[in-house]
Amino acid sequence: MTAIVETRALHKRYGRRPALTDCTLSVPAGSVVGLVGPNGAGKSTLLQLACGLLTPTSGTVEVFGAPPGQLARVGFVAQDTPLYPTFTVSDHLRMGARLNPRWDAALAERRVRQAGLDPAQKAGRLSGGQRAQLALALAVAKRPELLLLDEPVAALDPLARRAFLQGLMEFVAESEPQPTVVLSSHLLSDLERICDHLVVLADSRVRAEGGIDDLLATHFRLTTARRDADTLPAGMRVLHAEHTGRQSTFTVRAAAPVDDPSWVMEPLGLEDLVLHYMSDPSESAPADPRPVPEPQR
Amino acid sequence: MIEFHIEPRSGVAPYLQLVHQVRQALRLGLLSEGDRLPKVKEVAAKVAINPNTVLKAYRQLENEGLVSPRPGVGTFVSGTLGTLAAAEHEPLRRELARWLAAARAAGLDEESIEALFRQTVRSPTEEER
Repeated sequence: MTAIVETRALHKRYGRRPALTDCTLSVPAGSVVGLVGPNGAGKSTLLQLACGLLTPTSGTVEVFGAPPGQLARVGFVAQDTPLYPTFTVSDHLRMGARLNPRWDAALAERRVRQAGLDPAQKAGRLSGGQRAQLALALAVAKRPELLLLDEPVAALDPLARRAFLQGLMEFVAESEPQPTVVLSSHLLSDLERICDHLVVLADSRVRAEGGIDDLLATHFRLTTARRDADTLPAGMRVLHAEHTGRQSTFTVRAAAPVDDPSWVMEPLGLEDLVLHYMSDPSESAPADPRPVPEPQR
Repeated sequence: MIEFHIEPRSGVAPYLQLVHQVRQALRLGLLSEGDRLPKVKEVAAKVAINPNTVLKAYRQLENEGLVSPRPGVGTFVSGTLGTLAAAEHEPLRRELARWLAAARAAGLDEESIEALFRQTVRSPTEEER
């Protein structure tokens, strides 16, 4: 598969503060990639590097196999969906048509109609959900091959969020060839629906990345009577271990669940999986867990 | 036509959820041979789900011999799954009932029985070994 966005040892610093450290990533064509991580982890920085708004401190970022800048092929919606508050909805569409060589006016109008937007309404008077829908309509009517969205649903209520995601997925499904989408969000349940790849960022570094199906199929929580991590079968990589007086709970990575009467092994779920990679500073877990003091009784 | 839904946080990959829903609909008789599955595009827009996920689910169902794509027309149900009501399962059901009675007599509760069942299903049988 060809990579649409490719970064190699990408670093970005703001003054002394690292915003992105040693980031090497490849975004395959036609995928929908979710960026997750705490605020300040580097998500916006990565998106802005990809669309050429920022230049790297060191390392490289390539989009369509070249340095970023082919703006006609890239759609970008920044955080808080910036629009011109005194422009009406139809002013925005007219502006889009003037500024974009590949503008799809029919698509833009259909989207605006579907979202129930009044063409005469000023953007400053739209609700959060309507603003997001207008911003999406403008971005997709460019017919971009790469769509970058920075927290597009953060400010929306659940109904508006679902409508936005439906619109986004409709765009992905109906475009030929299928566009590539990279979006950041804190809402893991949304990302689980719409993404096929996930990138977990924390403290300016990539902590985990992979196909969502693969991540879900290989991460488990194993609960058992107290035992040491090194007594578990060889095929399990222990990412995290927690012990109480009698019980041990392991977060493990394994090719498949292993049934054993002495333990319960359940899928970890995306939320706990991401929380694990966000919070655990060491990428590979210690082979033998540190001794945990017995609880005081 | 089948309506899909996705339950996030279940730990089950979304494409597998779609596969399970088709299998379930077949078992319940809600889908039968010749029925068309909704178009990938329609599912993506309606359920707000990645079209790649829908494609992956349809491909898996195709590998299982349950559906077949007709290019340009859609994906159609082409296989069947045994329904639970089938009369030929009656001897199996009676045998299972006897076994369950024995398991309860041995002091196993529902959850232990389920755990034992799951474990046995997943481990290779005598013949496969």
